[in-house]
Amino acid sequence: MAKRTARFYAAMLIGKLAYTTQRLFGMNATFFPGKLALQICPDFMGQVGRPKNLIGVTGTNGKTTVSNLLVDLLEAEGIKTTNNRKGSNTKAGVACAFLVNATLGGKSKTEWGVIEVDERSSMHIYPFIKPDYVVCTNLFRDSIIRNAHAEYIAGIISAYMQPETKLILNADDLISSGVAPDNPRVYYSISRLPTDTETCHNIINDCQICPKCAARLVYDYVRYHQIGKAHCPNCGFASPVPDYEAKVDFAQHSMVLTERGEAQTYSLISDSIFNVYNQVAVTTLLREMGMSPDELRDGFSKLHIVDTRYHKTKVNGIEVIDHMAKEHNPVACSVVFDYLSKEPGTKEILFLLDDEKILENMTWMYDCDYEKLNSPLVERIVVPGNRAKDQKLRLMMAGIPEEKIVIGMTDEEAPDYLHLEGTDQVFVLHQCYKPDLSHKLHQRIEELIRKRGA
Amino acid sequence: MSDAAGEKDVVVETLFPEIANLYGDHANIRYLKLCMPEAEYVEDSLSGEPYFAAHKPDMIYMGPMTERGQELIIEKLQPYRARIEELIGEGVLFLITGNAMEVFWDAIENEDGSRIEGLHIFHYTARRDMFHRYNSAVMGKFEDMTLVGFKSQFTLSYGDNSKEFLYEVTKGDGLNREHKLEGVRRNRFMGTYTIGPILLLNPDFALYIQRQLGAAKPHLVYERAMRDAYEERVRQYESTEFVLL
Repeated sequence: MAKRTARFYAAMLIGKLAYTTQRLFGMNATFFPGKLALQICPDFMGQVGRPKNLIGVTGTNGKTTVSNLLVDLLEAEGIKTTNNRKGSNTKAGVACAFLVNATLGGKSKTEWGVIEVDERSSMHIYPFIKPDYVVCTNLFRDSIIRNAHAEYIAGIISAYMQPETKLILNADDLISSGVAPDNPRVYYSISRLPTDTETCHNIINDCQICPKCAARLVYDYVRYHQIGKAHCPNCGFASPVPDYEAKVDFAQHSMVLTERGEAQTYSLISDSIFNVYNQVAVTTLLREMGMSPDELRDGFSKLHIVDTRYHKTKVNGIEVIDHMAKEHNPVACSVVFDYLSKEPGTKEILFLLDDEKILENMTWMYDCDYEKLNSPLVERIVVPGNRAKDQKLRLMMAGIPEEKIVIGMTDEEAPDYLHLEGTDQVFVLHQCYKPDLSHKLHQRIEELIRKRGA
Repeated sequence: MSDAAGEKDVVVETLFPEIANLYGDHANIRYLKLCMPEAEYVEDSLSGEPYFAAHKPDMIYMGPMTERGQELIIEKLQPYRARIEELIGEGVLFLITGNAMEVFWDAIENEDGSRIEGLHIFHYTARRDMFHRYNSAVMGKFEDMTLVGFKSQFTLSYGDNSKEFLYEVTKGDGLNREHKLEGVRRNRFMGTYTIGPILLLNPDFALYIQRQLGAAKPHLVYERAMRDAYEERVRQYESTEFVLL
């Protein structure tokens, strides 16, 4: 840790005052105090005290869930953590978490820290806080304008990872499993599932060639996108051998996790494969940090994934489901479309995947598996907003009949264009920054169902 | 309906789709397949010999890629440099999008001054700035049509394309921020930094490509939806001040 300067103490004092003031006004105070502290002392992160056990969590998808699970499990054991779960995962949000959880003198008040790290912010965070462990869940295509491509993000993480940090990596993802190759590392995996296929069923797979020799990889099986197990017939490169391998039994709602030859059974906290990956990542990390299987089982039994990204109600026999679908993230949206398509029953969809900036790049739509929505069970798709005509064309390219697609209304008017008769489910797919709108439309849909059913 | 009889002999070759596939650009060929289903579509793999080495395709397409992908493809195509020049000279239609265009340049320069030699077919230099991504919408005039699209890249290119540009930019930038001439066009080689499903975004350009391929009755699948989206975008772009995102 760098020597503390007068600027640091000034930043700490003023940052804490800002925090207290914002809280008095009922604000979250999870960003601005950190931003202020960094403006006063640009090396604030290098001088503030860090918890003795510090965990970083990163990756395109799943990092928020993994961070939340870790905080919940540790706090269930009575361990207080420094964390940024309520705030930003960029530099100012992380600085704010450290500021709030440190004394005025700069000493950390907690023994443990769990910090979610935006992949592109690696350079502003890892060199200063030097985590003991970093979990990297996966790396996929994300926002084109910000993240470019997964290989670019892998390069950033590799460049700024500190050499002493031990990595917890997903062996089933050949992109993220290769980050920071000189760092100590532990791999986790989920063994072959009956639903895995021989070839990729998604539009994009960003790991089709060998990272070592560029020959075409052979996939032993594909789960989704580049997730699966592969080898290079040319140079022998292959998916890493996992240190922790989960055999998942969805019917029994459990998994057997074999760690270095020893098997332990855990109940699943969610039936979604994506959350099983998150649970396996959490288990691997905490086992590495010394938590016992019994402590983990006890912790998992008290937990459920509080998924603010999913909210379901039922009115007059119709399920109304809000589901976040991260705009500009083709893999995250494909996952939601896939989930939705596998739900039994007829459905109508309200698409809130719009761009408020009309100059925003919409090419991600063509990397996303809209084809998953081409199902007889999807009866109607209502699309408001600036991008409605682009969305309509993309949906038609996916083979969805034009008569199922309705455009030309505002967000607020959109529920009125749903049939809501003979439908089993109504999905409201919303972006990260539109939960309030989604909630409002959800309530409106409930009202309409009651009114039409009356 | 498509002009199946005229299309049967058309061969469209996609270069290295296993890596040259970023930013939704693969939808261009998917769309062309819908409009010209009778044409033959071949895909070259990095591990094999390109189709064009021993044949003359009607069209060669390559989409954007990672920076490592650029180096792999330059290395792969280096032995075929003369053949590519020959095909350009013979009037084969090339559609090369995003940073795939830089493969054909003299060089790509890194921030540290190091250079990756390109195929030296077009005399431009691309300069990478991996910490500053250039993001913009773009609109311009190509023949008698207005093209719209997006750019998202780590590079800008330098050189005089005043005699061989693809289109004149009316909003946004050309090869670099000080430039209003976008891309390159030599004979029927067309290269542009514009990314994404440019055929779907530009219905008249999709028809133009079909005409170039000899379709007697070029047509647009989903024409009404395409034109609605296109007209909306043109209207929005015309009434909006362009800013870098």
